[in-house]
This record gives sequence, structure tokens and C-alpha cells, in this order.
Amino acid sequence: MKAIVCVKQVPDTSGKVAVNENGTLDRASMATITNPDDLAAVEAALRLKDQTGCEVVVVTMGPPPAEGMLRELIARGADRAVLVSGREFGGSDTFATSQILAAAINKIGVEKGDVVFCGRQAIDGDTAQVGPQIAEKLHLPQITYVADVKVEDGVVTAKRMLEDGFMMIQAETPCLLTCVKELNEPRYMSVGGIFECYSKPMDVFDYNALKDDPLIEVDTIGLKGSPTNVFKSFTPPQKGAGTMLEGDDVAAQMAGILAAKHLI
Amino acid sequence: MDFTLSKEQLMVQKMYREFAQNEVKPLAAEVDEQERYPEETVAKMAKLGMMGIYFPKKYGGAGADVLSYAMAVEELSKVCGTTGVIVSAHTSLCAAPIFENGTEEQKMKYLPKLCSGEWVGAFGLTEPGAGTDAQGQQTTAVDMGDYWLLNGSKIFITNAGYANVFIIIAVTGTVVNKKGRKVKEISAFIVERTDEGFSVGKHEKKMGIRGSSTCELIMEDCKIPKDRLLGVKGKGFQVAMKTLDGGRIGIASQALGIAQGALDETVAYVKERKQFGRSIAQFQNTQFELAEMKARVEAARLLVYRAAMKKQAAMEGSKEHYTVEAAEAKLIAARTASDVTRRCLQLFGGYGYTRDYPIERMMRDAKITEIYEGTSEVQMMVISGDLLK
Amino acid sequence: MAYDCTDTAAFKGVWVFCEQREGKLMPTDFELISEARKLADELGCELSGLLLGENVEGIAKELGGYGADKVLVCDSPLLKDYTTDAYTKVICDVIHEYKPEVFLIGATNIGRDLGPRCAARLHTGLTADATHLDIDTAKYMDFLRTSSTIDVDSQKFNMEDRNLKMTRPAFGGHLMATIICPRFRPQMSTVRPGVMKKSAFDAAKAEACQIVKPAFELTEADCKTKVLSIEKAAKKMVDLIGADVVVSVGRGISKDPQAGIKLAEELAAELGGVVGASRAVVDSGWISSDHQVGQTGKTVHPKIYVALGISGAIQHVAGMQDSEMIIAVNKNDMAPIFGVADYGICGDLFKVVPQLIASIKAAKAAE
Repeated sequence: MKAIVCVKQVPDTSGKVAVNENGTLDRASMATITNPDDLAAVEAALRLKDQTGCEVVVVTMGPPPAEGMLRELIARGADRAVLVSGREFGGSDTFATSQILAAAINKIGVEKGDVVFCGRQAIDGDTAQVGPQIAEKLHLPQITYVADVKVEDGVVTAKRMLEDGFMMIQAETPCLLTCVKELNEPRYMSVGGIFECYSKPMDVFDYNALKDDPLIEVDTIGLKGSPTNVFKSFTPPQKGAGTMLEGDDVAAQMAGILAAKHLI
Repeated sequence: MDFTLSKEQLMVQKMYREFAQNEVKPLAAEVDEQERYPEETVAKMAKLGMMGIYFPKKYGGAGADVLSYAMAVEELSKVCGTTGVIVSAHTSLCAAPIFENGTEEQKMKYLPKLCSGEWVGAFGLTEPGAGTDAQGQQTTAVDMGDYWLLNGSKIFITNAGYANVFIIIAVTGTVVNKKGRKVKEISAFIVERTDEGFSVGKHEKKMGIRGSSTCELIMEDCKIPKDRLLGVKGKGFQVAMKTLDGGRIGIASQALGIAQGALDETVAYVKERKQFGRSIAQFQNTQFELAEMKARVEAARLLVYRAAMKKQAAMEGSKEHYTVEAAEAKLIAARTASDVTRRCLQLFGGYGYTRDYPIERMMRDAKITEIYEGTSEVQMMVISGDLLK
Repeated sequence: MAYDCTDTAAFKGVWVFCEQREGKLMPTDFELISEARKLADELGCELSGLLLGENVEGIAKELGGYGADKVLVCDSPLLKDYTTDAYTKVICDVIHEYKPEVFLIGATNIGRDLGPRCAARLHTGLTADATHLDIDTAKYMDFLRTSSTIDVDSQKFNMEDRNLKMTRPAFGGHLMATIICPRFRPQMSTVRPGVMKKSAFDAAKAEACQIVKPAFELTEADCKTKVLSIEKAAKKMVDLIGADVVVSVGRGISKDPQAGIKLAEELAAELGGVVGASRAVVDSGWISSDHQVGQTGKTVHPKIYVALGISGAIQHVAGMQDSEMIIAVNKNDMAPIFGVADYGICGDLFKVVPQLIASIKAAKAAE
């Protein structure tokens, strides 16, 4: 029984973000972290492992430095890692990315009893598309926005968040779940886990490793395989400065302004 | 000299920092205010392997290294001196002597449970009449044939209120030394909390590390099985001294962490605090004070890390001694901690004197590092003893 | 004729997926129809709503009142509650039949589950969480002039380009990206709720709206997930998006969170609004997450937004910067929030807010 977790290394957009003079983001100004929703997915898989003894495989599509993130996830308890990396994969939008990850998951193998976990969305792209698109390409049922999950006898029962409540949904394995940060508190790496993580297996799937999968064609991966393109990107302008109210009667001044504008 | 940390050491440092920020820092003020031993933190650290960091997997340890252990104590102490010393005393003063001197049976009996945190450890050498004059031991252990009978008391024992396993140093007789003089024969023992005649007494109210459980140990006709002798009979003092060499690395790490933690808080504060229309970080006095303190803390760090790496080499069989390096590290780091915390509090001004900010606690915590596990004066005795031999 | 997702000329019409829950249309459906009406006019084509459910024909005409020319209604007991498989199958089958050029979906929790699955099955591109849509290039250039730092006039634009330009926030709101899907159809986008403006309801147009019932096939075997139950959260969730006034609290209340929240509630009551919160307040457990405003919370554009003790980090600002009037109270005169506020008061909110409440009461009494 396997829990396969798709993870992404992203710039930490919640901290300081510098903008270059030409309006592009200064990527070097941001630390790289494991996407927060993905950590919840990893933790969900690890809890399943605690419960059932299943194998946890973490997969990422990224450049070679993403290995560091995979090793950290092994240090938290994952059993092995797969790094999907190749020049041919660069420039992929969510459609192409999900194509490649689906092929990688096919190579790892998904069968009855297995669960694929993804984070709901990455904090750089913010699309929440890759998880459901992988599910479509692997013909797996999907449950998104999972805030609680139980797996018993090959059946998944999940609490799926709505804006104002939730749905309880059931699906048979194999299936794909996308997890939100609120699902759990991810565990830390353990000292023992850290000192063993470089001796656990990590496979690298490059283009050659995946090219025989029917999902992988020249026109389904990379920039060529991406139906969407970025037309323009820009930073929003800073709003003009407002007025700082000064003096001992700021509250009265504010109330006066509101009254003058007929807002109270 | 390679100052770079390995990939694993960088990872473990990252984990310690996250853990300290999320789990330890939020409790630090309360732990100090209420003099509360943070049991829940100890349980969390145990789960992550932090109670047996450098011991081999065979004995339930995490299989890391001494430097990773020193960094753990450092990172914890940056936010909470109490939490740092809990790990240090447990690891260096109880688990380590068993690892270094125990029989295979003793190691298999005690180490897995100490490393997993199921049992917490402590070390009892100091007595009301025997501090720096450790040889002034009065606790006795009499061989009764099929058991040892211990009588005496120990004071200022860290972790005492929560420990299950105690390394106790006691007098087992008198011998004639090479110079023909009668001296005490001192031996080391493993005592368990549940042993008949053993009890934990008065809990000390302290200036700092107030959450650390510091108590008296009382042995009144305390009976322990014969297999509890640790190491060779009569070699107990050497066991104690060697144990303290390792312990000094832990305390030096604690002091280093306290100093660094104080610096970090102060750097943040001086950027925010405005006087005379600008942040006080812009005044040269602030800048020079911080610069000089930072350089001292970095120097202390190198001494601590060097001692840790030497101990690691010794463990791996290099026949190196690290006694002097450990003493140097503790001497400098402890004095640096006291000095830096005091000067940092001065930069905080009036707000630093209030308990709203952590700096006064750090200053109170720092002081003990100059005293326990061998006062600074003892460290100087060790260093000069080696220098002038 | 076989379905070819790259045969762009064969695709005509603007469609909007109209989500219903428990037989009621979602507010975002009306926003989207209103916005899509403009797009359909620029493209010179029809605007259709797509409505799935059980016994929902009766609610369809209302969509006409906001600009839909027709509504395609797919009715089945298997469509009563949303399931990924049933909805994806019906929608993709119908799209294969009718070939709309543009297909928009409200980015609700359900919309974001449905959109990617459909786009993958249809082999087309999907933009997530769009906040601005343009067809006409000149209008897009105007948008860039007001909303970006790009020097529009020094760049080349193809004025004949009729691709849908879908603009959305990325990198936590630090970056805006305009996405296009030039080679595949339909051009799909999920659209952030609460951003597009709902037009005025036209009863005559609603009456004239055509209902079409396309044929579709759907069996129980098509649904691979089972909905066991649908439950509302026990506590009534706050309606931030519909509020005219939002009074939000941030980390500045930390010295007494409950008192801070109470002050915000009182001020909100005086102004006729609701209480919001920054992520820091929600993460600290002082208030429930339905109050969260920001990039990972809700986007609001009320008439008045009051930020109490909120520093103004971009993730929060992303969720409220389009508010008509922003008032900020913060102890730190360098707090970034003052860069977006229309009116700023540098002070301790625990002192300022009671004064504000008193002044507002006095001003009201004076009228």
C-alpha cells in the first residue's frame, strides 16, 4: 500500500518580496520553502503510514536543487523520493506539469489501496489546478479541499471544505486528495531521520525515463505543451498616499469626514 | 580547519530553529514566571530524538554527532535557558557516563529509555559541603554483600524533580595513594528514583533558569542492587571529571545560545525603538556595542564547536583529549553570556528592566553558566594545570 | 464533426457555469454573467449560462436579467449535489457538442474543483482566479495604464488580437499576470468571487431569456465519489463579501485580543458592518477563519474598510485594497498600511477606537 505525495518547492511569498526595477519579481530575495499545503499533504500521508504501515513516496518536478526539499521530507518520515527533472519539462504550465507528474506517478505505480496526496495550491502559481488535472489524467476520483481524512479497507472518507461548511465524501482507492493547510500540524524532521535521509532511495526521472509513457509527447510537455502562456506580468502600482489625521481630536475629525460623505 | 557544517548538520540546525521558535519560545516567559518544568516540550523533543542526539542507533540514540547535540542546546537556549539545560544535563551528565563507562547490560537497560525520553536523567556530585571541593564528598556507599547501602545528600541537582535515573558519586572507602597518604575511595553508581530509601527533597528557588527543576537528593539507607556500580570501583572521581568535561560542552552551548538570543532580541529592538527622531540603531554607541558583542559571541561559538568536534573525534577513537578545550569553551562562553546579556539590557533601557521583554530573564539565566558544572575558577584551574605542567 | 480543441474558428459563444447549491444560485453567478455580457458584446456573440442540478429550470431565467441570452439547463437527480465526475462529464459532453469560445466558472471551492478537471478533459488551458478579463486590446491597454507600472505606450500591442486576456494575482498577490490561451478552445478561466460588478437587474431581459435543454447521458456508474452528507458549519459564518463596512483587527490587539475584538464589534455596529481579521489574528486562534481577509482569506471591497492594528503586509492588502475608503489605526507611523489608507490615525487602537465610537455616535445624534 502506497501514499504518493506531490510536492513543490516554492519561493516564500509570505515574507519579504523585492521587486526589480523592470517590474519583475526578484526571486533571489525570497527563501525557498516546501509549499505549505503540500506539507499538510505529506503529514496526511505520514499519518496514514503510522496507521497502516504503508510506504510514503514523495514526488516533485523541479530543478536539481529540489533534492534538498525531498531529503527534508524523507527526514520527516517519507520512505523514498522521486525527482522529476529535465530541460524538456521547463516552461510547463499546469496542464503540461500535470501531464508529466501523471506519467511519473504511472512509473511509480498506482493500484488499489494507494492514495495520491497533493496540496490544494502552491503559493507562487496559486492556481490549485495541478492536483485535479493529475487526477483526470490518471482517471482517478478526486476529493479537493480535504480537511480531514480516514482510510479503511481501501475506501477513503474525507471532509471536504466548502466556504460555509463541508461535505463528507467517500471514494474508493486509488484516488487523489488535495489537502489544505488546516488539515493538520505537519511534524518536524527528526534528528534520526535527518541523519539517515541521504541514505534512503531517491530516483531521478528525466525525459528519457518518462518518454515512453503515452502521456508524454513533444507537444504535451514544456512550453510547447502548455495551452496557456503569460502575456504580460506586472506589479500592481502603489496606491497614492492618503491623509494622516493629526491632533487631539482625530476621532472627531474622522467622524466628521464620514458624516460629510454621508457614510454614517 | 573546516568550518562548514555538513548537509545533515544544516538540516538539523534548521529543525532546531523551527522547533525553538514554534514550540519553546511561546512558553519561555511562563516557564520562568511560574517556575514550571516544561513537560510537554520535553515530550515533543523526545519524539524528535532530541534526548539522545549523539548516541548510536544501537542504544536508541539518533545516531547524529556531538556538534549536532551542542547546536541543539544552543538553539533551545537562544529562546529558553531552562529548556536548553534540561537537554544538556540529561544527555551529558546521565546518558553520557552510562554510555562511556557502563557495562553492556547497563547500556542496554538505561540508554534506550533515556534516549527515547521515557526516562529523564540527572547527575549528583555536589553536596552541601562539597562544591568546587568535590573531593569533600561525604555521601557513603557501603558494600553490604548483595547490595550497596547509600547514605547522604546531594544539592543543586538539575532535573531532579523529574528524573528517573541518577548518576550518584559516593565514597566507598579509603585507600592509600602513591604518596602514602590515606585518601577517599570514590565510586560512581546508578540510582533509580524508585530505589528504597531514595527521595527528592527541597526544590531551590533560583535567580534564573527558574523552570529547571533543581532539588536536593536524599539517600537514607538507600538500597541499590550490586549491578548498579558504574565503571570500576574507586574510579568514580575520574568518571565524574570525565562526565563534567562533556557536560561543560553542553553548558558552554547553553551560554552561547543565551548570548546569541540576547543579541538577536536587541538587534530587533534597536531598529524599532526611536529616540531623538531616529531609531537608536543609528547611534554609534549602539552600533559599536552590538558589533563588539557579536564578535565575542562568534569567538565563543568557535570555541564551543571546536570542543564538540574534539569530543566527537575522541568518541570515534582518536585518543584525543578535549578536557582543556571544553574548559576554555565554558569559561569564555559563560563570561560572554553574562557580559552580553548585561550590555544588551542596557541597550533596551527601561523597557529591558520590565518582564514585558525577555532580556532581563536572559541576564538572570546567563549567570548560572559561570557557576555550575565547574565554576569559571575551576575552568581556569583546569586550563592552567595543563598549561603549566 | 469531430471535436478538435485547436480548431479555434469553430468555437463561438461565451458560456458561464452557474453554480447552484441546494437549488439556489450563487451570488458570484450574477457577477460573472454581468461581466461576461461585456465580453460577449465585444466578441459579437451570445452569452449562455450553463446550469446543472435537479429541478432547477425554475431558477434559470433570473440569469437572463443580468445579461444571459440563454441558459442551458441539464437536469438530473444525479446532478442535485455537486460531484466532480457527474458535473465534469455532463459539462464536457455539452461543450463537445456546442463548442463555446469562452467558458467561465466562479472560483468557489466547487468551481476550483471542477475547472481543472474539465480543462484537462477538454485539453485546453485554464487560468485560475482571474480578477480582470478583457477581449478588446485598447480596453486592456487602458487597464494596464491604471493598474500597472508598465509604460504601456512604449510597448507593441496587436490591436486586432481577440484572445481573452485573463489577469490574475500570483506570488501571494505580489505579482499580476495576464494569461492567454491562444491555440486551444474553449478559453477557460475561474473567476474570483466578489470582484466583478453585478449589473442592474432587468426584468424584461429575464423574461426574454431562452431556456435550452441539451441532451446528455449520465448514469450512476459515471460517479466515482459518493456524497455522504452536506453540513453547514455550526457557527454562522460572517458574510464579509456582502458587507458595506468591514472593521478588521490585526496583531495590534495582541495585548488583549478579546477586548480588541469587542471594540471592533462595537465600531462595526455603529457603522453598520461586520468584523474581519488579518491572518495573524486567525492563526493565533482569537477569531475563526471565516473572518479572514487577505490573499488566503476573502477579498472584500466594501464602502468602508477600517484596519485596526494591522501592519498592512501585502497578503492582507491584496484582500482589501479596492475598498472605497480605507481607514487605518496603528501605533507605528511607518506601518505599510498607511501607504494604502485614505485616512490614517497613528495611535493605540485601544484608546482611539473608543473615541471614534463616541465621535460617531455624537455625529449621528447631531444629524
